[in-house]
Amino acid sequence: MASTLRVRVNGRQSTVGAAADTPLLYVLTNELGLLGPRFGCGLAQCGSCSVLVDGVEQRSCVTPVSAVVGKSVTTLEGLPSWYAEKHKLAKAPALHPVQQAMIDEQAAQCGYCYNGMIVKACELLAQNPSPSDVEIRAAMNGHLCRCGTYPRIMAAIKRAARVIQESKA
Amino acid sequence: MSAPTLGRREFLVAGGVLVVGFSLAAPTNVARGAERVRGSTAGPPDPKLIDTWLAINADNTATLYIGFVELGQGTTTALPQIAAEELDLALDQIRTVQTDTNVTPSQGGTYSSSSISRGGPQVRTAAAEARGALLKLAAERLGAPREQLTVAAGVVTAGGSGRRVTYGELVGGKLFEIPFTGSAPLKSPADYKIVGVRAPRKDLPAKVAGTYKYVQHQRLPGMLHGRVVRPLGQRAYGVGAKVLAVDEKSIASIAGARILRKGDFLGIVAASEWDAVRAARDLKVTWDDSPSLPAFDKLYEHMRAGETQDTVVLDKGSAADVFEKATHQATFAGRCPYQAHATFAPNCALADVKPDSALVMCSSQDVYGVRRTLAALLGFGEDKVRVQYCDGSGTYGHSCYDDVALAAALMSQLAGVPVRVQLMRADEHGWDPFGPAHVGEVRAAADAAGKIVAYEYHGWHHHWSLVETSQQLALGSAPGEWPNLVSQQVSPQNCGAQYTIENRRLVDHRLSTAKYFRAGWLRSPLDLSMAFVSEQAIDDLAFQVASDPYEFRRKNMTDERWLGVLDAAAKTAGWQPRRNRAAPGGDVVMGRGIGLGTHLASWGGAVAEVEVNKRTGRVAVKHLYGAIDAGLVVNPAIVEAQITGQLVQTASRMLLEEVTFDEKGVTSLDWSSYPVIRFADCPEVTPVVVQRLDQPYSGAGEEVMAAGAAAIANAFFDATGVRMHEFPFTPRRVLAALASA
Repeated sequence: MASTLRVRVNGRQSTVGAAADTPLLYVLTNELGLLGPRFGCGLAQCGSCSVLVDGVEQRSCVTPVSAVVGKSVTTLEGLPSWYAEKHKLAKAPALHPVQQAMIDEQAAQCGYCYNGMIVKACELLAQNPSPSDVEIRAAMNGHLCRCGTYPRIMAAIKRAARVIQESKA
Repeated sequence: MSAPTLGRREFLVAGGVLVVGFSLAAPTNVARGAERVRGSTAGPPDPKLIDTWLAINADNTATLYIGFVELGQGTTTALPQIAAEELDLALDQIRTVQTDTNVTPSQGGTYSSSSISRGGPQVRTAAAEARGALLKLAAERLGAPREQLTVAAGVVTAGGSGRRVTYGELVGGKLFEIPFTGSAPLKSPADYKIVGVRAPRKDLPAKVAGTYKYVQHQRLPGMLHGRVVRPLGQRAYGVGAKVLAVDEKSIASIAGARILRKGDFLGIVAASEWDAVRAARDLKVTWDDSPSLPAFDKLYEHMRAGETQDTVVLDKGSAADVFEKATHQATFAGRCPYQAHATFAPNCALADVKPDSALVMCSSQDVYGVRRTLAALLGFGEDKVRVQYCDGSGTYGHSCYDDVALAAALMSQLAGVPVRVQLMRADEHGWDPFGPAHVGEVRAAADAAGKIVAYEYHGWHHHWSLVETSQQLALGSAPGEWPNLVSQQVSPQNCGAQYTIENRRLVDHRLSTAKYFRAGWLRSPLDLSMAFVSEQAIDDLAFQVASDPYEFRRKNMTDERWLGVLDAAAKTAGWQPRRNRAAPGGDVVMGRGIGLGTHLASWGGAVAEVEVNKRTGRVAVKHLYGAIDAGLVVNPAIVEAQITGQLVQTASRMLLEEVTFDEKGVTSLDWSSYPVIRFADCPEVTPVVVQRLDQPYSGAGEEVMAAGAAAIANAFFDATGVRMHEFPFTPRRVLAALASA
């Protein structure tokens, strides 16, 4: 049965009507019209639907919407503001440094998996500002890219780490 | 980026008035009246008119109408580069529109790496012809002879007076109304400023910002969410799927869900997507479960023993006689699995089918092709169906994109409202038209001096399926096969073509698709498999004559394009001669291998570095070096990305990918049962573009995969002294191969 739930997404409280067991993904996509999280497998195997819940990457395709009530959800769209808040910037940049680095490295091909890639990389750099190659591979291993752009994603994450470090210097 | 103002199409539509085109030439067969509003009638628009291909907008930009679709391969960047070059516009002055059967020309499907090789010359000559017409107009406007005019960024300047006029001022918002003759003089590649440049992809900023709308994001007013209901995993293509019983009460608790059925086609629609997902999952259907497939571990024997139609594809010289006398002979039999497209995003489509017309939004590689199939399915004329392309995720060949378009159309017709159908992961993995399995048997012979003197290749496989699942289930359509076309056969371009061999014989053994799986082109179709087989035999000959595999190949080659990629790959990898290297001891061994391969056109060469753990059977591809010669490369950065993607996929296909099944159906239904390569195991890749400014464009989307597969197999031999006859190189297979050596 549909119930009314209050969810906080990208800093905004919204009221949504959905059955409590509805996966968060369908609420973000169909109720809130977000384009970042997207369907890939529905099985938490690929990372296409990733969001941050209180700063921790989660698969929205297997997370019931009721599980995020009272928590803060950040999607791809909200990453620049999330970054600004974490780094106490007066104004959110147009793109999170990870997003900018993906463009600078011309990393994506079809780009569909980049929601999850970017969300996960942002979580990684928030926890570990200068990860080694091995740490990047380990952190990102749950995210699939069928186009095989992993080498450029690696390069982009390292570039973003440098940019973030330099911005603090 | 230039600020977009109203494009011409929008201008014509928004203004509601039909602009009378000015005539640059004698009146042509441009239709008058409503047809002038782009998009208002069914295409394809007349390819013999310049207006079909491009338009000059009032803001001094150009809109390019491309019949090729963006699959993440950079078409919407590279084709505009070609147009900008010939038009003397800056790249950011070129826009493209969504591929749409009411708007864009028919250039054939976006497959066989054809966007640039087939589409490039069309765009180039149309742009050159438009430029000629613009200069003619400018000469009149500026009162200066054409020879004195120069153009930069769409601004024409008269040499003497210095007076200027822009393209936008000359024709903005109007039609050219001139025929496309294809006869305009083209710029010399020596003068190129935009073609050959590493221009950034135009579509990437929106894709990383999260503002790009994939087909999965599209919505139609009043639509329902749809899901198909099928058995988990396809059966033999010939049997489709038969419904024995549907227990409608099994989803009675999901009030919003409605069952749709036509023949054996079953679907669910619901206003809420989650209701549709749950109902499709929970609906109890009894399917005919009769065994229809060979046993998984008997597949290759079954294929080898099957009834075939045999074709001698090539018979040059007299291979049979030469084999008898040759000093060295290498024979090799290889077995290559069914592999899945396994698109990262399951395919999705939307349809709004009205009583006498339909709009379908989908990710088909061929919008005009699927329009024809949709029209037949719905019982409409083709001109009543409009197909709009929206990107899905990378498809790498014929995945379920047409099938889902047909499913959406059927369900919209049955429901009487617009329907969005999203396949679930198991639908996509289980009902994919797989890349066909292949058995290859090759023998090659060399004389005492190490010259390859004879080569013979036999290949067993089946053709692609012609009928989509939705058609087959709804209409009971017979399981047709694609007719004889290259890419489904033993390839004269790939099998031994790299070498100068006087006696060469290629024989194709075609099995019946109906007895196996539905099938379609999968990136590097058959070529990856054939190179895996063929290039191991060549490598074995090198080993027998105690020659370095790189030197041995070089010595047997005269074609400069093949030599170019072989040398480029070897040089980039820092190739060191390897001769009869005894397999070293220790549990973990390293090897290097080299290989050549292609797909239809272009040339690919690769070197692989592979690590094998002989105790666990685990193989790791550490580094791949790949070179492509695709003639004139419009955007080397995009081709480098293509090489990298191809080689990462090759590592995935050689190490991990294999469709599994039992006699009742496919059992690899997700990323756990059909694993693909992930970050932890991704090799380093070094791509090399062999730029040939003086050669025509050829494809760059799949050629180096064949070379890469061969290089990986040969590197395994270099590391272990053992040849792998089957891929993927799973620990079980590797341990068995090592044990039997």
